[in-house]
Amino acid sequence: MTELPIDPIAIDVGAVLQETVTSLYSHLITRPTGRAVRMAIQTQLQDAGERSLSLIDLSEVVVIDFSCADEVVAKLLQQSRDDAAHDAFFVFRGVHEPHRDQIEVVLERQGLAAVAETDPGTFQLLGAHSDRERRVWGLLEERGTIATEEVEVVFQEEDDQEALRALVDRGLAFQNPISGRVHALSRLVRHLM
Amino acid sequence: MFLDEVLGQGDERVLFDARHIRWIDPNGMVALLVAGTVAARSQGMIPRLELPESTDVNGYLARMAFFEAAAGVFEFDAPGRRGSGGPSDVLLEITPIAANADVHQVVDRVQTQAGAILSSKLGYPPTAVVQFSVILSEVCQNIIEHAEAPGWVAAQAYNWARRLGRFVVVISVMDVGRGFRGSLGDEHSARYADRWGDATALEAAFLHGLTRFPDSGRGQGIQQIRRQVRRWDGAITIRSGAARIGQVPEWDDTPPLVDGLAPLPGSQISIILPARVQP
Repeated sequence: MTELPIDPIAIDVGAVLQETVTSLYSHLITRPTGRAVRMAIQTQLQDAGERSLSLIDLSEVVVIDFSCADEVVAKLLQQSRDDAAHDAFFVFRGVHEPHRDQIEVVLERQGLAAVAETDPGTFQLLGAHSDRERRVWGLLEERGTIATEEVEVVFQEEDDQEALRALVDRGLAFQNPISGRVHALSRLVRHLM
Repeated sequence: MFLDEVLGQGDERVLFDARHIRWIDPNGMVALLVAGTVAARSQGMIPRLELPESTDVNGYLARMAFFEAAAGVFEFDAPGRRGSGGPSDVLLEITPIAANADVHQVVDRVQTQAGAILSSKLGYPPTAVVQFSVILSEVCQNIIEHAEAPGWVAAQAYNWARRLGRFVVVISVMDVGRGFRGSLGDEHSARYADRWGDATALEAAFLHGLTRFPDSGRGQGIQQIRRQVRRWDGAITIRSGAARIGQVPEWDDTPPLVDGLAPLPGSQISIILPARVQP
């Protein structure tokens, strides 16, 4: 892990919610609340350097509505994609059944996808993605990491290699800029869970 | 018709005579508050409300926190002895919605008291309370973001023994704002040209998810409420201005779109969620 040019951090959204908005609020609901939480998260990432990997932990959130899912998940991802000066990667933790629908809906609406822990220790690709991307992501997830020289062996079809590059471009997998090795995001944040 | 009558009272102070009411549901209670607000606005004085003579009805109004909500809307004598109100289950007392903090309060209340009712009366899974809270959050935000005026929300479980043969939960949300046509007009009326009206505004929001905000992340609240209500085989109608639009299940014979109704200031969202039918 130490050779990776990225230092993952964990952000507890439940704590951010109480610290940022008000300690009286325990749910991630209403658009202004979501906006405030997203901006607090973005503030934490400002000093992260040219790239960051964040474990956004929703485990302590009981209710998340569509407005907050849009603000905290979709807009966070979208604005990170739009920021050419900073490579931001995210893994969402605690996306259990009651949250999943809201998050999937806002991701699909914006053509985005995210890596999420949907059950303890189980990660899934949520949102807008092709079947091939899901399959390639699943294989990467199983292996944990794939070295540059292994890519053509593991993914013999050019379309699969293209899908792997798309996953990296979309921030759904991390490619070490020095070694070229591709990593499953879930493996990079495992020590934070 | 009720609101037409209120608006037609001219300068005379309106008296709302509720003495002979024998039964009232969340839609009726919230509509009464809207009517009182409309009357006060048009006449510049608070209308008078004669409370029901039935102790049961008064008891139910008390349990739904109607008197607290009505305190700034009507002048009325403090209710006397309150009856039991009959068999009913309050999911959410009448709650004024004017700011985002009110939405948080609604969801907090529902989290503490709705789960048991949704489970025992409707047979919904324990996680349904989250989806139920999301529905309430989105409909309440609709008031704040689009009506630009206050409103109220309430929810109650009933046994619709004769009408449906099972329990239902009724959610009622009303506001005294500018309605869907008023909210969407600046952004979308031009493309509809002379077809623009209450019905087209409701279709735009309800069926197509249009909103006055340019942000592509907006406008999904009502769409997702419709989806969840359909999953639970429920009904949702929205009335605004002279039109009403709805998504109705097989058990309901409400027409999906009605135009030419008596004008309703603001909007009314009514959601009915029936108990699950055991296979």
